[in-house]
Amino acid sequence: MATKVFMEALSPTMEEGRLVKWHKREGEVVKAGETLAEVETDKAIMDLVARADGVLRQVAVTEGQTVPVGNVVAVIAAPGENVDTSPAVAPVVSGSGGGRREALKDSPTVAGGGIARSAPTPVVAAPAAEAGRLRASPLAKRIAKEAGVDLQLVTGSGPGGRVVKRDLESAAGRAPAPASVPTALAPSPATGRESFRVSRLPSPERAEGAYQDVPLTQIRKTIAKRLATSLGPIPHFFLTTEVDMERAAEARDALNRQLGDRGKVSFNDVIVKATALALTKHRACNAWFQDDHIRYWNEVHIGMAVAVEDGLITPVIRHADLKALLEIGGEARDLAEKARNRRLQPSEYTGATFSVSNLGMFEIDQFTAVINPPEAGIIAVGSIAPKPVVWDGQVVPRRRMRVTMSCDHRVIDGATGAAFLKTLKEMLENPLAMLL
Amino acid sequence: MPTLTYRDALNQALREEMQRDGNVFLMGEEVGVYQGAYKVSRGLLEEFGPMRVVDTPIAELGFAGIGVGAAMAGLRPVIEFMTWNFAVLALDQIVNSAAKILYESGGQLPIPIVFRGPNGAALQLGAQHSQAWESWLSHIPGLKVVAPATPADAKGLLKAAIRDDNPVIVLEGEMLYNTKGEVPEGEYVVPIGQADVKRTGQDVTLICHSKTVSVALKAAEQLAEEGVSAEVVDLRSLRPLDEATITGSVAKTNRAVVVEEGWPHCGIGAQVVDVIQREAFDHLDAPVLRVTQADVPMPYNKQLERLAKPSPEKVVAAARRVLYLD
Repeated sequence: MATKVFMEALSPTMEEGRLVKWHKREGEVVKAGETLAEVETDKAIMDLVARADGVLRQVAVTEGQTVPVGNVVAVIAAPGENVDTSPAVAPVVSGSGGGRREALKDSPTVAGGGIARSAPTPVVAAPAAEAGRLRASPLAKRIAKEAGVDLQLVTGSGPGGRVVKRDLESAAGRAPAPASVPTALAPSPATGRESFRVSRLPSPERAEGAYQDVPLTQIRKTIAKRLATSLGPIPHFFLTTEVDMERAAEARDALNRQLGDRGKVSFNDVIVKATALALTKHRACNAWFQDDHIRYWNEVHIGMAVAVEDGLITPVIRHADLKALLEIGGEARDLAEKARNRRLQPSEYTGATFSVSNLGMFEIDQFTAVINPPEAGIIAVGSIAPKPVVWDGQVVPRRRMRVTMSCDHRVIDGATGAAFLKTLKEMLENPLAMLL
Repeated sequence: MPTLTYRDALNQALREEMQRDGNVFLMGEEVGVYQGAYKVSRGLLEEFGPMRVVDTPIAELGFAGIGVGAAMAGLRPVIEFMTWNFAVLALDQIVNSAAKILYESGGQLPIPIVFRGPNGAALQLGAQHSQAWESWLSHIPGLKVVAPATPADAKGLLKAAIRDDNPVIVLEGEMLYNTKGEVPEGEYVVPIGQADVKRTGQDVTLICHSKTVSVALKAAEQLAEEGVSAEVVDLRSLRPLDEATITGSVAKTNRAVVVEEGWPHCGIGAQVVDVIQREAFDHLDAPVLRVTQADVPMPYNKQLERLAKPSPEKVVAAARRVLYLD
């Protein structure tokens, strides 16, 4: 019995994947669990693993091709098994993903009788889905909505990867919804990754022609889609405060002197920690907007915007309110490194309850950040720079930092956000207050 | 309950209605002395005489027009066509007169007329005499269209058609006339516009009418052997369509296959699919599939004719597709 290899949803929001590299060649023996190929999702490069033992056959997707989740990319057959070709391999999109998709025409045969069904009966309409669109039957969508299941996490067994009722029934049998994401896929050793170039940005040198069209990478597509669901639909408002960072800087210097070569505390670590602690005192800001309800989180998970080549991603520091500065710092560096190498697992970049975006290193005084839904708030942190301020009646130079909070007005009102920001400011201006 | 053939059930309906209402009369080719090409009018000339059982020349447009005029004048004609393939000649009277006079007279002239006769393919009658006309006729506002599949429905729907004040098309079947079934005696009227669930099931709805009801029931038997529980909905009335029964069944089973004798393009099934996608969208787990006659003139060759027609095997295959079993 041949097993189809599908393009799997390797991230919670993945709708199509680019096949970066085949690890197995057609005709090679594969074992269940072995890595078949590397796939670029909208977030990272993940391994597509074999779900059955056998011989890899009918590799239908070449390296560099992009196909929707649910499409068949190959077949694993028993040695010597004759694989029926027609319905097994779905047509694929070529190249950069901008191409037109062919309709998935099934070629039915009549059960029994061995008679080919006359062409128009029954009429089979299997139109191609829009590129990147999730395919699910109307019933499956309704069941998922009522059961609170994220359809993106369900692998569809219908034509073209359509999620149908039975997929939700089998998904319901498994424990929590996110468990159906194949997070168990272990990252493979970085073999052959040199062939993959993340960036498709135009080079700084001026090229020929009046302009250059650069196809969207998976991560750019996701950024475009997700952020368009933020600043447009979400009623943002912004609160800015200027924080005196003298004492935070002194405290950090003292800590780092004491640590010596055992580690370093960065301003970012201090800001993440203070933000997390301030959120425990202002739960109204530690919330998700969920269409018909607001989820106020008791736990604090801070999303940390990390710039990567050609995009950004927000890995999550979980339980940041309970972690020591060194722990936060260590995790932040690990996550940022993974993010830059595009090796973050989905569990590492989902589930934040609030986010921090820091552009201080770029000498930005102040900016506004776009909320990462369903979170209700994000703070944008500017650079720390000495400024003349009036202090005890004297104009003196002090290190100052501007923080701007973006609030989802459906969750956070002006005074609510301002109260949180005031607590954050107090903690940063007097780091001992974090111990209160 | 007595067991009657479909033809005798129709005969009973005609006799009872002619006994009940002196304005009801039967007209058509060979309905009198020959007692009907398919013996539906057996004994009626003897009982009701030549004024109420009228043999006509081979002139469909002419006697259909006489019927429309009689209806305008207050009678309740039943016009028999030897087959609906011949009724094409009378379409001007059916479509342009019968269906429109109530409207064009500003509601002053109802046309209580019945046009009836066998519809669809029989066996090896060739392309011109093997056609299913229901999608043509159901297209017309001003007409009602019924297509009974069983002797009981044939009796009940013909009585309802005769009593209706609008033109009603009754589609019978040459292959149905000899089929037998229990038929209630006396006053038995099936309201126009009500579908009938001929078999209950949970997994897939097979929607059919007329001869395809037996096709769907056979398919349901085969599916049951595979552990699939199919519900068979007999539309009975094609215009008006019983949307509530269709959507109610699909809401239960989440999947549907529509079976009909006609061609696929603009067929009855297309209308049923429209109802389902509109009224039961959120209940659908799969696109609705259709099993129809092949989109070609009916072949005369016996094997080709069999392949062109809807069959239980085709219905089973379509049901498996909507159940994602293939």
